[in-house]
Amino acid sequence: MSRTLHDVASGTLFGVALNYQGLLDQHLAAFEQAPYRKPPTKPVLFIKTPNTRNAHGGTVLQPAGERLQPGPALGVVIGQRASRVSLDNAMAHVAGYVVVNEFSLPEDSYYRPAVKAKCRDGFCALGPQVIARDQVANPNELALKLFVNGELRQQNSTARWVRDIPQLIAEISEFMTLHPGDVLITGTPEGRVDVQPGDRVEVEITGVGRLLNIVQAEALA
Amino acid sequence: MKRARIRFEGQIHAVQVDDDHSVRLSDGRRLAEDQVQWLPPATGNMFALGLNYADHAAELAFTPPTEPLAFIKSVGTYTGHRQVTWRPDNVAYMHYECELVAVIGKTARNVKRADALDYLAGYTVCNDYAIRDYLENYYRPNLRVKNRDATTPVGPWIVDVADVPDPGNLKLRTWINGELRQEGSTQDMIFDMVPGDEVVVEVEGVGRLVNRIVSETEFFSVRKEA
Repeated sequence: MSRTLHDVASGTLFGVALNYQGLLDQHLAAFEQAPYRKPPTKPVLFIKTPNTRNAHGGTVLQPAGERLQPGPALGVVIGQRASRVSLDNAMAHVAGYVVVNEFSLPEDSYYRPAVKAKCRDGFCALGPQVIARDQVANPNELALKLFVNGELRQQNSTARWVRDIPQLIAEISEFMTLHPGDVLITGTPEGRVDVQPGDRVEVEITGVGRLLNIVQAEALA
Repeated sequence: MKRARIRFEGQIHAVQVDDDHSVRLSDGRRLAEDQVQWLPPATGNMFALGLNYADHAAELAFTPPTEPLAFIKSVGTYTGHRQVTWRPDNVAYMHYECELVAVIGKTARNVKRADALDYLAGYTVCNDYAIRDYLENYYRPNLRVKNRDATTPVGPWIVDVADVPDPGNLKLRTWINGELRQEGSTQDMIFDMVPGDEVVVEVEGVGRLVNRIVSETEFFSVRKEA
């Protein structure tokens, strides 16, 4: 991890699930049924624990007998303490952006916290560097691309977010302070793919960077 | 031995705690329990186990899960002993949960059950408040219920592993305004608290953690001045 990234984005990693309209739409019928009963009304949040941190060029281990899926996402790095901020003032709390690959095992349910799926060692790669907020003219129109061994396998645009950055910061900071160095992972779009040991996995976000990770099989204990 | 983190005259200190709850700074000074600001004794993420008591699962009308239900808390939700927690305006159910906390002392990966206690720094106590009005059936219990600012009192201190010989057989008790509300099991855990209430959770042999409920307005006005 570059020194700058380590210094600037050293806080808690907060993820937002179901923040792409296409992904949410795929599940809306199921979300009317048990155990959900109704679609989510607030951002669906999770925490990537510190053991999940991984770097540009880092190895991601595929657990034995499990399917491993990359999660291309734009990371928003908090620059100023954000408690109960308004929509209009939200972007002033952003220091910059970083490419995130939020690895996960497949999720067949959103009912319970996805700790086993999402909190494995090395399952949250960030990098190569933090791009200052003002260097990204419009975060609401960034192309996300996932390449596996150079082949484009998944793509989407932040234009398809359910909630944009100010909405997320305003709704989250209503009950939970965001601190400098915290990272808000703004969601992975629909169409996650499986990757295999030996694969070179890259996430590219226009104007933010291209993040590389290598998949390896986890050695049996 | 008991160890704590406190703030005194603007400085954060790692201290030893004596039997009368006075604390000893590294320079030898002794301070009374009410002279210091008690901070959460540990600052990592918290892995919380839900529905781990059979009667709580029954009370909440759930079938106990076949594998542990774990959820994660981040440090921003912690507050220390003798601090305040805010009740949001216009909610119907804020409930307490007295919890035993095992504090991790060194990196643990693929640990055998028989060796597990070797990885602990000790034990502490937590009051895992929940705002039940905000439950949604997505990653339940969701962060808006369980990861709110200053809504997880932790402390007062960390007790050495050797001082708690039988951690699987400790009595948990909760008092509200001095009245014993919950003892041994999780009965009466769904009890609504209001601003002004003093809530004390105790784990036998580990510690007694005091917290006071304030209104949303009071909490945020004090914080602005700070």
